[in-house]
Amino acid sequence: MKPTDISAPDYFHKVVDCQWACPAHTPVPEYIRLIAEGRYSDAYMINWKSNVFPGILGRTCDRPCEPACRRGRIEENPVAICRLKRVAADFKDDIKHRLPRPGPRNGKRIALVGGGPASLAVARDLVPLGYHCTVFDADPKAGGMMRSQIPKFRLPDTVIDEETDYILDLGVEFKGGHRIDSLKELLAANYDAIFVGSGAPRGRELDIPGRKEAAANVHIGIEWLASVSFGHIDKIGRRVIVLGGGNTAMDCCRTARRLGGESVKVIVRSGFEEMKASPWEKEDALHEDIPILNYMVPIAFVHDNGKLSGVTFQKVKAEYDGKGRRNLVPSGEPDETVACDDVLVAVGQENAFPWIETDCGIEFDKWHMPKVDPKTFVSTNPKVFFGGDAAFGPKNIIWAVAHGHDAALSIHRMLSGEDINERPLPEVHVSSQKMGIHEWSYDNDISADKRFKVPHRDKVIALKDIRAEVELGYDVKLALGEAQRCLNCDVQTVFTAPLCIECDACVDICPMDCITFTENGEEDDLRRRLKAPSPHHDQALYIADGLKTGRVMAKDEDVCLHCGLCAERCPTGAWDMQKYLIDMVHAGSTCQSKARSAA
Amino acid sequence: MTYIAKPKFHHPGLKKNELGYTHRDYEGKISTLCAGCGHDSITASIIEACYELSIEPHRVAKISGIGCSSKTPDYFLGNSHGFNSVHGRMPSVLTGANLANRELIYLGVSGDGDSASIGFGQFAHSIRRGVNMTYIVENNGVYGLTKGQFSATADRGSKSKKGVTNTDNAIDLVAIALQLGATFVARSFSGDKDQLVPLIAAAIRHKGASFIDVISPCIAFNNHAGSTKSFDYVREHNDAVNRLDVLVGRDPISVDYAPGTVQVVEQHDGSRLALRKLDADYDPHDRLGAMTFLQKHAAKGQIVTGLLYVDPDAEDLHTHLNTVETPLNTLDEQALCPGSAALDKINASLR
Repeated sequence: MKPTDISAPDYFHKVVDCQWACPAHTPVPEYIRLIAEGRYSDAYMINWKSNVFPGILGRTCDRPCEPACRRGRIEENPVAICRLKRVAADFKDDIKHRLPRPGPRNGKRIALVGGGPASLAVARDLVPLGYHCTVFDADPKAGGMMRSQIPKFRLPDTVIDEETDYILDLGVEFKGGHRIDSLKELLAANYDAIFVGSGAPRGRELDIPGRKEAAANVHIGIEWLASVSFGHIDKIGRRVIVLGGGNTAMDCCRTARRLGGESVKVIVRSGFEEMKASPWEKEDALHEDIPILNYMVPIAFVHDNGKLSGVTFQKVKAEYDGKGRRNLVPSGEPDETVACDDVLVAVGQENAFPWIETDCGIEFDKWHMPKVDPKTFVSTNPKVFFGGDAAFGPKNIIWAVAHGHDAALSIHRMLSGEDINERPLPEVHVSSQKMGIHEWSYDNDISADKRFKVPHRDKVIALKDIRAEVELGYDVKLALGEAQRCLNCDVQTVFTAPLCIECDACVDICPMDCITFTENGEEDDLRRRLKAPSPHHDQALYIADGLKTGRVMAKDEDVCLHCGLCAERCPTGAWDMQKYLIDMVHAGSTCQSKARSAA
Repeated sequence: MTYIAKPKFHHPGLKKNELGYTHRDYEGKISTLCAGCGHDSITASIIEACYELSIEPHRVAKISGIGCSSKTPDYFLGNSHGFNSVHGRMPSVLTGANLANRELIYLGVSGDGDSASIGFGQFAHSIRRGVNMTYIVENNGVYGLTKGQFSATADRGSKSKKGVTNTDNAIDLVAIALQLGATFVARSFSGDKDQLVPLIAAAIRHKGASFIDVISPCIAFNNHAGSTKSFDYVREHNDAVNRLDVLVGRDPISVDYAPGTVQVVEQHDGSRLALRKLDADYDPHDRLGAMTFLQKHAAKGQIVTGLLYVDPDAEDLHTHLNTVETPLNTLDEQALCPGSAALDKINASLR
């Protein structure tokens, strides 16, 4: 294998699995260390810069970071990264004075369609640079689906208000209750750029017999959730069936439990394991006495002259074809009718762009989605950008934020007369953490604690009040314990071959058997000759040559604890622990044209 | 030294031996020796050998004297018996323990100061008596704990860290062990675990006095130019006569050796040693030949390593003394106090 080029910004970035997995690339270990130090405001600001909505995301994020967390590969559970983010938000001091101020107006005007996370992220990045941003939203308040679809018992309004206000107070013009019905009109208003962050606002229909007749008691999940959110609906029948297995279904069933649904069931086509809902959301539903029935396909709404009485299901089973694809085939068991008073349909969301006229220069693909460049987020109209669910279909908040950053950068470059396809490289800092012979500027003593549970409100009380937040968040002590579980994967093991005397001290001390000195070879061959098995080929091998014996140092990054013992036991300083920080490029980052610097 | 404990987490894919232990289960406390010390690699090799042999840790007694090397039993086999004796007295304590309980595996760990100076006589007599043990000398040629004075194994003409030349002749413990009748004699290097681990495993399985001299560079005081026990010097002058694979039980020899290059030695306990010859003329059953070979190569400045001598039919002290088969602590009252008739018989035999 070729020696590893650790100066490539991506190499160490990938080792910080959580940060690499995060669409916004939030520097997770960095803020977790600040939480452990009790520097909540600093931790919050790191998040705010990167993901814009730490308090909201700390309660609702889909957490792609956690399945990626290295800790999950050495014991049962990853670090509770998401809930630690909430800790930063819960315990911070007033941070208003740390927010950017709007720069001198540059005379450029941006229109943003939809007041959700994508648009707000764009505005957050552009207003400080002097752009005049106008956000249009059909709802009276900003927040989009964060406000309309996420139940208040998961995300209180106060949190949404606080974090949307941080952005609006920068000087964003927010036009609430103003639905954009025509892109053509908006284009005619001569904005310098338009950003479409209107989400995926339409709930998918379930067109089966009885749907029309029983319409009074069959509700589309996201519309129903929005109505509950805005206070238009405050009760539901005693027996409720929720159709669908995603997170919206989980929100629907838990909301129904609080509006009079005594017997609420979630019924899904697929198997329980394959449901789209996050495991923790399924857990929360089960905890609230909501059974989840699987392998049942709804085939008809049963009604008595328009009065819904139940849903009939066909029983299916999963079969896998030669290519490993799953097919649901009838199991042969008799159909089953489940009695109910109301049905909530949460079988997916769709985009809808009836307001975009065909002669606006926006091309659509065969799935009726706008053609959007995945890097720059520009549409086929060079002045119109898309982001969030409006760009590539339903995802989640953290993706919308990431899209927002990238789109804002494109808009800023375009309006500065620069090529939007040219993306500046991120700035990378790598610095030694050595403080003394065996002292490091981070706590390298690995905690053996298991993941700490987030305290929940008592179920009886929680189910009585739809606005009572269920999760109470970690207290300071629990937060410290959980923060200590982080392995500091951003503190990298950096090897300098010319200093190495091949004494094997690092090999002997490494608790995870990560390090091997051996003859070089092709990757597959080398991986077989490592000291410990190397099952994850997506995890890099760090190779260094230039040793006196002609061998190479091969370190499997997979399960390294970043405990620094290799560096502590190295007599010559060939190993060092160096903190890697990457500054993702946002609109207006300083040094955009400067060459990158790495190890 | 390192202040934090080595994390208990281990690689999720670590293999387990017949007892269900990983090699991590054979570790002791974290080393307090200098970073990079060769002794730590020997510690790791002992751990590896015991893991590979699926030894029950509580069936091992590790006994040492004084010095950097004699501290190391604290760093391996944390669940074994241990005795850190006075300077140079490891062989006596070991001999006594062995006589009292012949069923344990005895690991004597010592250094060049402990065995070649203050304990030289003890070393000689334990070897001479054929005590069933594995005697490992972690040989760095200096007194590390007292800041690097030459020890008795430092080569004549080698230089100290300060540049002083050693004018005394060196004691070659391997040569002495051969001369005194050790039945398993090897030399190795802390920086070559591929060679060292099987040697330790074979020595443990050998019934008789096994002696391994392991060159172990002292990073702090003896790893400079002019030293003959530095990493660089040993790597440049290492003349390995053979490579060893230890085969326990009925495992077939799965490695594909070229014909005539492998010599299989069967030991008393059924374990077999597959020796890959690196030097065609070297015969590990020829004690005299080995001594000559060693002296010739030493004169050329070469360090001969490998399994230098083995007597597969060795006997140990217990056989010589015709002692009771069971450990003394399991002898019951009947055996210990056979009654007046037995006493009368003994007395009669002495009249």
